[in-house]
Amino acid sequence: MLTTKSHDQAGGQDEPLATAGLGPSTAAVHAGEARQKPGHAIADPIFASSTYTFSDTQSIVDFIEEEHPREEYGRYGNPGERVVERKLAALDGGEMAVLFASGMGALVGLLMAHLNAGEEIIFFDECYHRSREFCRKHLTRFGVGFREVASCDYDAMEAAITPRTKFIVSESPTNPHLSVVDIARFAEIGRRHGVLTLIDATLCTPYNLRPLEAGVDFVLHSATKYLGGHNDLLAGVVVGSKEKLEPVRNLRGIMGGVNSPHNAYLLERGLKTFALRMERHNANGLAVARFLERHPRVEQVFYPGLESHPYHAVAARTMRGYGGLVTFLIKGHEKGADWRETAKVVDSVRIPRIGPSLGGVESLIEQPMVMSYWNYTPAERAAFRIPDNMIRLACGIEDSADLIADLAQALDS
Amino acid sequence: MQFRTRAIHVGQDRDAATGAIVPPIHIASTFVQPDASMTAEYDYARTASPTRRNFETTLAGLDNGTRALAFASGMAATHCVSQLLAPGDQIVTGTDIYGGTWRLFNKVLTGHGITVTAVDTCDIDAVARAVTPATKLLWIESPGNPLLSITDIAACTEIAHRHGALLACDNTLATPALSRPLDLGADIVMHSATKYLGGHSDLLGGALVVRDAELGKKLHWMQNATGAVMGPLESFLCARGVKTLELRVRAQSATALELAHWLEAHPRVAKVHYPGLPSHPAHALAARQMEGGFGGLLSFELAGTGGDGDVAAARRVVESTKLFQLAVSLGAVESLIELPAVMSHGSYEPAARRAVGIVDGLIRLSVGLEAFPDLRDDLASALG
Repeated sequence: MLTTKSHDQAGGQDEPLATAGLGPSTAAVHAGEARQKPGHAIADPIFASSTYTFSDTQSIVDFIEEEHPREEYGRYGNPGERVVERKLAALDGGEMAVLFASGMGALVGLLMAHLNAGEEIIFFDECYHRSREFCRKHLTRFGVGFREVASCDYDAMEAAITPRTKFIVSESPTNPHLSVVDIARFAEIGRRHGVLTLIDATLCTPYNLRPLEAGVDFVLHSATKYLGGHNDLLAGVVVGSKEKLEPVRNLRGIMGGVNSPHNAYLLERGLKTFALRMERHNANGLAVARFLERHPRVEQVFYPGLESHPYHAVAARTMRGYGGLVTFLIKGHEKGADWRETAKVVDSVRIPRIGPSLGGVESLIEQPMVMSYWNYTPAERAAFRIPDNMIRLACGIEDSADLIADLAQALDS
Repeated sequence: MQFRTRAIHVGQDRDAATGAIVPPIHIASTFVQPDASMTAEYDYARTASPTRRNFETTLAGLDNGTRALAFASGMAATHCVSQLLAPGDQIVTGTDIYGGTWRLFNKVLTGHGITVTAVDTCDIDAVARAVTPATKLLWIESPGNPLLSITDIAACTEIAHRHGALLACDNTLATPALSRPLDLGADIVMHSATKYLGGHSDLLGGALVVRDAELGKKLHWMQNATGAVMGPLESFLCARGVKTLELRVRAQSATALELAHWLEAHPRVAKVHYPGLPSHPAHALAARQMEGGFGGLLSFELAGTGGDGDVAAARRVVESTKLFQLAVSLGAVESLIELPAVMSHGSYEPAARRAVGIVDGLIRLSVGLEAFPDLRDDLASALG
């Protein structure tokens, strides 16, 4: 189970600790890291190096011909990046992880590596608007078809699959509606039809659910969110099998959307407290959702941990916790109150900052209609089910009591 | 606002110019002045720097002080306090203190004409006897390192103040998440920020926190004059670490308590030093002085009489754990194990070390964020 401790013996211990079967916090601290690091340091060094040198010409030839595992140039890989990739792979129970400069970089890198002209991709429709935009406006330029079906409508997804279909994709929970996909069922559809399955698990994180274990081919995260966890880096990652990710890694080296050594280290550092933070995010999300559900000014709360949530049963069956994101609707909209009434609530909170993103230690709040859908027509917003009175709150790790007191004063003001 | 909320928000205001939720890391060494009067908020980074000041503001709030100063290391912070003294002055210190502090006081300051008197600060009567009109500083550490002794901070403060001396408390082990000595009357709180504040084994830092503005001014003058300041990157990493301080310390305390109970029942263990155990001589005081946990550090002695055999057995234990890594330092996400007599407290003179009760076979654990069953299994197999 455990490898032997790294003493200063010749050779040292390069193999990471085998964390399968160990607790999630043990894995978050140790997974993927060599037991014996350069200089015997306990923290991984940051290799701020763009290129890697060879001792002589023969070494280059040996590297090319024998594919010695070593670094060559920063765009193809970096020692610190490899550590965080191994850690992310271990946390998600995958064979390999490929790190990108952002979550969108990861999505684009994955899709471009696997899709060919003439093929198509089908999304469950509650998806990040930039993911949709990339597929609809750009993948189609390369002859790749893009379609959407209603989220969690498995029959519709199955009916939409054609011989051209290469990928089916969903987020879970979705953003901002927090619909929860039955991942095993989703994976089964993919298997039955021989199409690749991708789950964007940014919102659930490997702490709450590991989609690869439910049988999907790829898991994608915007690591900017809970994985990094401190609102101070951008990163994206795809996790899956070595066979299916090697082409993604190779294309990344050509397209160039790699992360940086400094970011990779901050991500590794953030992951050390990943399990602790998720426990708090989960607790805060649930406490805030329960508070909002009882508040007279709140029309509806979307949170998978609430019994009232349409996907509570599947969430309770498959997830350890429900995350820090809570979406809710302010009452009065049906009586003609306009979006400014809701904006007043957003503007009145004191602890959460107003801004996009989620998953960091600091709580963030936004009105999706303003923040992400301002340039869409009312009809388009209706189709995306983004009403003007919707607020999305990304609970950080502050004390629940403080967040609830703050929301109370904002709703009552 | 509660502690954890303040740890995230106080001193870490969003950047006014860009709205960035994380304030920028200001790496500048100098600041361009609007005129020659040098009255701008920042002039030269040794005096003050925005990223360091942000961290100092956060920490001052957490320790319920009015001002914090961040240093290049914990020893730099301690050294700065010692510079308040003059030849002929006396320092009274505890006996259960970090080896580096012992070395600074006994090997450096004594050369500058300062008298150092060590006293068991758990014995308040002994403290009262040791403090004299020449005493300018009473230096305590609670919990103590490595024996986890608990010193009554309020009682020591009372004695120090009666003699016009300052009371400085090394709060590294308790952290402001569990204990706030300034609330108990202490004049100066010192931290090795390398430990729980930074929390990730990836920076060196120290800090002083005070409530009295005049004292803060004096210490800042000395810090600026002697120059051992915390750098901007460390200040950023430290502030980032502090955002999860309470989560980490509470989790580490809970695991340490479970391990302490488990070790106490282990047939190969003779003695466990942990203030959370009812068997600890000052458990009641610790429960009063610390809030919601007893910290992540504990030490223990193997069964058997002292002597070389004991040391060899202890050595085998520290060299055969797998999750607990063999290294000095403490307070980080990774669990560490070590032998204080040769490692963390090797800077003591051997006789002085034994006199304060650090036996050669003492094993010290710094409990990280790993799960209790994983750490217990690791110790179980190392203890055989």
